[in-house]
Amino acid sequence: MGVLDSKVPAGPLANKWTDYKNHINLVNPANKRNIDIIVVGTGLAGGAAAATLAELGYNVKTFCYQDSPRRAHSIAAQGGINAAKNYQGDGDSNYRLFYDTVKGGDYRSREANVYRLAEVSGNIIDQCVAQGVPFAREYGGLLDNRSFGGVLVSRTFYAKGQTGQQLLLGAYSAMNRQINRGKIKSHNRHEMMDLVKVDGKARGIIARNLVTGEIERHSAHAVVLATGGYGNVFFLSTNAMGSNVMAAWRAHRKGAFFANPCYTQIHPTCIPVSGEHQSKLTLMSESLRNDGRIWVPKRKEDSIAIREGKLKPGQLKEEDRDYYLERRYPAFGNLVPRDVASRAAKERCDAGFGVNKTGEAVYLDFAAAIERYGNEKALTSGIKNPDQATITQLGKDVVEAKYGNLFQMYEKIVDENPYETPMMIYPAVHYTMGGLWVDYNLQTTIEGCYAAGEANFSDHGANRLGASALMQGLADGYFVLPYTIGDYLSNDIRTGTIPTNTPEFDTAENEVKARLEKLMSGKGEHSVDYYHKKLGKIMWNKCGMSRNAKELQEAIDEISALRADFWENVKIPGSANGINQELEKAGRVADFLELGELFAKDALTRNESCGGHFREEYQTPEGEAMRDDENFKFASAWEYKGEPKDAVLHKEELVYENIELKTRSYK
Amino acid sequence: MKLNLKIWRQEDAKSKGKMVNYSLDGVEGDMSFLEMLDILNEQLINKNEEPVVFDHDCREGICGSCSLMINGEPHGPDRMITTCQLHMRKFNDGDTIVIEPFRAKAFPVIKDLMVDRSSFDRIQQAGAYVSVNTSGNTQDANSIPINKEDADDAFYAAACIGCGACVAACKNASAMLFTSAKVSQYALLPQGQVEATERVENMVRQMDLEGFGNCTNTGACEIECPKGISLENIARMNREYYSASVKG
Repeated sequence: MGVLDSKVPAGPLANKWTDYKNHINLVNPANKRNIDIIVVGTGLAGGAAAATLAELGYNVKTFCYQDSPRRAHSIAAQGGINAAKNYQGDGDSNYRLFYDTVKGGDYRSREANVYRLAEVSGNIIDQCVAQGVPFAREYGGLLDNRSFGGVLVSRTFYAKGQTGQQLLLGAYSAMNRQINRGKIKSHNRHEMMDLVKVDGKARGIIARNLVTGEIERHSAHAVVLATGGYGNVFFLSTNAMGSNVMAAWRAHRKGAFFANPCYTQIHPTCIPVSGEHQSKLTLMSESLRNDGRIWVPKRKEDSIAIREGKLKPGQLKEEDRDYYLERRYPAFGNLVPRDVASRAAKERCDAGFGVNKTGEAVYLDFAAAIERYGNEKALTSGIKNPDQATITQLGKDVVEAKYGNLFQMYEKIVDENPYETPMMIYPAVHYTMGGLWVDYNLQTTIEGCYAAGEANFSDHGANRLGASALMQGLADGYFVLPYTIGDYLSNDIRTGTIPTNTPEFDTAENEVKARLEKLMSGKGEHSVDYYHKKLGKIMWNKCGMSRNAKELQEAIDEISALRADFWENVKIPGSANGINQELEKAGRVADFLELGELFAKDALTRNESCGGHFREEYQTPEGEAMRDDENFKFASAWEYKGEPKDAVLHKEELVYENIELKTRSYK
Repeated sequence: MKLNLKIWRQEDAKSKGKMVNYSLDGVEGDMSFLEMLDILNEQLINKNEEPVVFDHDCREGICGSCSLMINGEPHGPDRMITTCQLHMRKFNDGDTIVIEPFRAKAFPVIKDLMVDRSSFDRIQQAGAYVSVNTSGNTQDANSIPINKEDADDAFYAAACIGCGACVAACKNASAMLFTSAKVSQYALLPQGQVEATERVENMVRQMDLEGFGNCTNTGACEIECPKGISLENIARMNREYYSASVKG
């Protein structure tokens, strides 16, 4: 079994979760009142977990760095949430969702976890509707669906382009109900600085009050980390400015293994970088690929003319356009998975066909959809022989109803009207499939320390399908953790409150204070952003959409040197007592500087291409990813041993009993 | 372009604040307003001065963290966007830009441009939820058909991001648009009917307790709202409130 025991229950795949739930230990309601749980992060996973655990009767303390739980970055998810409801009668089932997810993840996820995710997906929709989440509906009053990348059914539920917002506000409302009952104490504008272990078990955290600067001790019988992903290691990403890896990394340093750090999702449809001042990138939802067609000019000279402003995209005839996704992947067309679409865009741009000033953009064109919807609408509205202007107007109205807020966002940023000119898009860092290693119970390698949502590694393998992040966050929070954590806590009914005046808390607090002092005592050469941007450039250029051994080794050396420079020379004005946004950033960047190196090391170790991890050395003659199941059919779990270069690799062999491993094809 | 910035600086909640002038060169039209402030802060840090504190996070107009009164308007001169979506192409070379925090008794200043909006959370905690357990044993989602128009209207109300622009825009610092948006979402849906009476009463009571002002139907909130939350919601909340008081 080795160090890593996935604790996957025995029995047939479809019965595992039910059998497991039937045999776990429960905590009786009177005893739950004596048990405390800390939940760090209040996005979909954390908010849902906090609400459900409080509702069950546990005493919950939540922590978030934002001023309100409602602002967690789950709120920015746009397109939708998957569920195997088969409301459309198009052949969907739990098995199919499971299969699509494992295949989409390029056979690098854990079967049992993914099946459970598919199994509870339907409940999520039921739950959210009961809470009053206003999903999109059809005229008959029933729920509407749309399609996302990498699948052949319509299983995505949505609320315009603001699905994440509506689901998060649903979880927030469930939290509010428990806050009102006194079962959740929410600590906003607080950041977890370290995990506290007592006798090998997670028993609390050290947090910093971001307003007063106070260092606080909080104890609990279990700690849930639902703190999202680490995409901001790239500086530019679609993550929020504050999104960070600190909580997960602090747990890693205390013994939680970090799994598959190199699995990063580069999302194909983001607004291209406009200049050096750029602080973040904005996503244009994958749902747009339902109706938008992606293309670049067929001839390089047309691309050059467009870049120089001598030619407009609308002037190019159909036959002069290369709809390269439809050409390369006729079965899935514009709806291939994200990793495939991103690489294809990069391939065209690298070959000189890019369409913006920097040559790093492709078109996402809605003209065909506007025409199609316009004709359809004219027909259903009984308009006979409509002229072109009427059709276009009707079509625009339909597109606006579907994607209005996204088009508005685009126009405000780029200053071009996407109803008239095709959108320009380019891939950007969006999501991280890697994260803390967890077993079937979502427990990390530290007893009593759990990881949920994007913060863990378990469900998406090497590539996540669209609309599955929301599904996983809510599944973990509402339906998985509340069971698995109860089984663990059943041993704690006689433990009583965990005291915070113990040597373990003293040590942890002193370490946190020492670290803050060290940060504040930098020589003062460069700002935190200076280092963060440098790190981001290394990551993007050498650990981005395609990687090779030489550059990964360079990245390791460069990041290591940059980290030393940072600790020596970082400049943080003000003091640690009170609000200090530079100090907050510095703590996060310090951890990114360690994670980034482990990321490169992980990518260097994995001598294959799979999902979002594309090694140039391992590709087919057509440029498709070449997996190596014989040597790399495992999850990498790294153990902290000091410097990232000393991290020790543990392997969880992935077992596929219900799916035949194949070369992933979307052709 | 070159800009003259007049920015509110205040050490903490208890200190007296003041406007401070800064001159900033090299601003480009493609920068967002917050990226312009990033550049100012970078310069302040390099001069060993404390950077300007302001709330921000997603920088794509959905988290509701960013605020700022820009030349007297919440989220600045453009419509239907938040400050993070405002781009500098809306300004001209040589402009003077006055930047202040959202001002209201119920939004005390924490530092510089950062204010405390926890009063909004407390209004939501007073009743903005449906009391269903997250057990997974709820009925099938499609067993509650909802008229598309009602579902859409509920969505438009639910699109509120809780930024507080409505309060900042209001001469009375009223939170009626914010509160009514949530009351409306539930009032329009069958799931919200069961607890409708207590919900509106408790949320309005909390709103008053927090020290927000009354509504005098000026409509500035609707104009400044980055998500276009409609005044109709206030009318709907008033109806809900009256029918709740009749029911007692």
